[in-house]
Amino acid sequence: MKQFKQILSPIILATMTFQTTATHAQGGPNTTNNAPEAIRAFQVHVPDADLAELKQRINATRWPIQETVSDRSQGVKLEGFQQLVQYWGTAYDWRKAEAKLNALPQFITNIDGLDIHFIQVKSKHKNALPIIVTHGWPGSIFEQLKIIGPLTDPTAYGGKAEDAFDVIIPSMPGYGFSGKPTATGWGPDRMAKAWDVLMKRLGYTRYVAQGGDWGAVVSDAMGRQAPKGLLGIHVNMPATVPADIAQALKSGLPAPASLSAKEKKAYESMNDLYTRGGAYAGIMVTRPQTLAYGLSDSPSGLAAFYYDKFNDWTYSGGDAAKVLSKDDMLDDITLYWLTNTSASSSQLYWENNNNNFNVVEQRTREIKVPVAVTVFPGEIYQAPKTWTEKAYPNLIYYHEVNNGGHFAAWEQPQLFAEELRAAFKTLR
Amino acid sequence: MKKSKNILTNTMVAGAIMMQSTLGNAQSVAPASLSSEPTIRPFQVKVPAKKLEDLKRRILATQWPEPENVKDASQGVQYATMQALAKYWTTSYDWRNMEAKLNALPQFVTTIDGVDIHFIHVRSKHKNALPVIITHGWPGSIIEQMKVIGPLTDPTAYGGKAEDAFDVVIPSLPGHGFSGKPTELGWTAARIAKAWIELMNRLGYKKYVAQGGDWGNAVTELMALQTPPGLVGIHTNMAATVPADIAKALSTGVKPADLSPDEKNAYEQLDYFYKTGLGYANEMGLRPQTLYGIADSPIGLAAWMLDHDARSYALIARVFAGETEGLTKDDIIDNITLYWLTNTAVSSARLYWETFQAKAGFFDPRNVTIPVAVSAFPDEIYAAPKSWAEKAYPHLIYFNKLEKGGHFAAWEQPTLFTQELRAAFKSLR
Repeated sequence: MKQFKQILSPIILATMTFQTTATHAQGGPNTTNNAPEAIRAFQVHVPDADLAELKQRINATRWPIQETVSDRSQGVKLEGFQQLVQYWGTAYDWRKAEAKLNALPQFITNIDGLDIHFIQVKSKHKNALPIIVTHGWPGSIFEQLKIIGPLTDPTAYGGKAEDAFDVIIPSMPGYGFSGKPTATGWGPDRMAKAWDVLMKRLGYTRYVAQGGDWGAVVSDAMGRQAPKGLLGIHVNMPATVPADIAQALKSGLPAPASLSAKEKKAYESMNDLYTRGGAYAGIMVTRPQTLAYGLSDSPSGLAAFYYDKFNDWTYSGGDAAKVLSKDDMLDDITLYWLTNTSASSSQLYWENNNNNFNVVEQRTREIKVPVAVTVFPGEIYQAPKTWTEKAYPNLIYYHEVNNGGHFAAWEQPQLFAEELRAAFKTLR
Repeated sequence: MKKSKNILTNTMVAGAIMMQSTLGNAQSVAPASLSSEPTIRPFQVKVPAKKLEDLKRRILATQWPEPENVKDASQGVQYATMQALAKYWTTSYDWRNMEAKLNALPQFVTTIDGVDIHFIHVRSKHKNALPVIITHGWPGSIIEQMKVIGPLTDPTAYGGKAEDAFDVVIPSLPGHGFSGKPTELGWTAARIAKAWIELMNRLGYKKYVAQGGDWGNAVTELMALQTPPGLVGIHTNMAATVPADIAKALSTGVKPADLSPDEKNAYEQLDYFYKTGLGYANEMGLRPQTLYGIADSPIGLAAWMLDHDARSYALIARVFAGETEGLTKDDIIDNITLYWLTNTAVSSARLYWETFQAKAGFFDPRNVTIPVAVSAFPDEIYAAPKSWAEKAYPHLIYFNKLEKGGHFAAWEQPTLFTQELRAAFKSLR
């Protein structure tokens, strides 16, 4: 068994090592393990010392003064957050997360100069439809773990054999176990191209793509690029805000009187994001590096910045713990910590300060491949059907469901899997 | 000598700093425990050695992010600058020097409206010295103003005349430095202004002026709006003068065609700031409590504080690259260390949150009608044009456009700043 260390960067003071084993590689047909395009098997094993250091830092947290309000309006409330962090520093066990990951086939392959980490689970069923599912921020591949079973093994999860998918879940550049770009230019378009390369390298000639958050932006970009073999996309955070509405939002005007009830609600949700909920993006779009010093050095600082958004964006009434377990959230946060990706992940905002919700900026009308949309009630906004039809000329599926939020696959994996089955039925 | 401890807050879990206030030189006899009484207690700073050791240990143990993947400051505070700062902080820097400087000045604490207000109070030896209350901003502190104390109180030693003399009062904003941290809502700039008026009354001043930049400007203008009988005028180095039509143009992105060169320059400075430099203010205005990282990480705090505005950051980056500027490495780190030791990253950020609740623009004119003096420093977030200042302040008594200096004018250009205050207030004495 050949082992080598992947040093994420020579300047990380607390370097973590991942051991990758080549013995189980399902590798592309004509590659060797030394070629950049080789598909190398990957396993995660964080050194004990790194985990011990993390716990030591957590337990040495210096806390700020408590908020002066009784609600979440100043940010993450001290008391509940201290309980979460205390759990993180004591009972939480990263090894369980690691075991979950290592039970799945994971690989790394170099695309466009960057190592891309991905999970690939093939279905036992013939004619399974290959799907590449892209996570967002502050998510990771952990968001998608719960849907792997329902998608690849539908008969065990209330579906039929003909619902089966082969599932590919990559870590975006700068995220998780993928490499960190050392130069600019890794925006959604470049990522979309890389994902097609990945699917072709895996031997897939027809496939679909799916995403929410940045994953939706990347999936939209794939849709625009329409590489041969891409049959369609499904997004759970579609970009449907029409140009005139986007302009009204920018000017801070009240919702135009002509809007339907659902459009008005969508307008108000977007207005709420821009006026009250968008500061996290504002700082990452403009000054990702400045933010990263505190997030890289302080586990509680990192956790709070992400936990704030779990609370905001899950369908939970502001308390993410109602729909995600503490371990779910901490697995994701710990992954960011151990891979030290707070800076590299936020660079994506800096790279792409386009508005991810707008038709014009996302050029959705250029998407000619079939598009399926699921609207979750806890998403940042609920894309109205009227807007969605205009935004995506080739809309083949639109469904409003009654549960789940921004992290739909993570929050409601069964419902999410059912949506993908229904969405792509006609494209098989 | 009776000693009492001022615990800034009982909710600090780790890293509570204790400041010893000595009553031996107290000007009042009431015990500190009767904090509702208008007593003025002397104050000295002495940070326990173990707090300084803990700080150093944390800096040395920093887990660093990747460096930015650009060659400029467009992604934020640069890695090389932070590395140089960390090195200086842990090898050459000595907080005790700053502590000694502070303790060489008469410092006091008095409780106003339920919050302990810390202030430096230096009286001039000259008769008829004009009392001035100078208010710092974010990410500044009383340390910004220490270099102007000598020139203002003792003008004859600094190229001025006896009739230029000021009595100087320099308070720490609530939630900042050695002032208390409000535990209730409502500590807006207006409430701080009210507290400052009470402070000046408590010090016995019947006729005084006020000065400020950044938050200090907001507080100073709000003092003026309350028109207390003793306040005869104000001076600002970050004037709020942006006309409504310009503010609207900035939000819609349609630049007016008929701007003078100074107005055009101001417009472009503001446009740049709003597009690239407002991230920190929005985060603090909307989610101050989410910034746990800057309470827990000295390097996180330092980076956050260095990134106030592009020009002051560029100056600081030059300083840590070895160039000589108006600020020294010690200046910069003194201020950061003060925030760290007092654990005020979040409590100070809350002033943005309080202000955001009111939804008023930071640079919107407030219709101040008492005499106003303006110094426009070129590297400020925007250099207020005289034309806008005249409209914003109907009683503009002084306006000067400077050749040098930025957001931290008193700290960076203390001589110029002092000359400005002498000239600005001459007619009000």
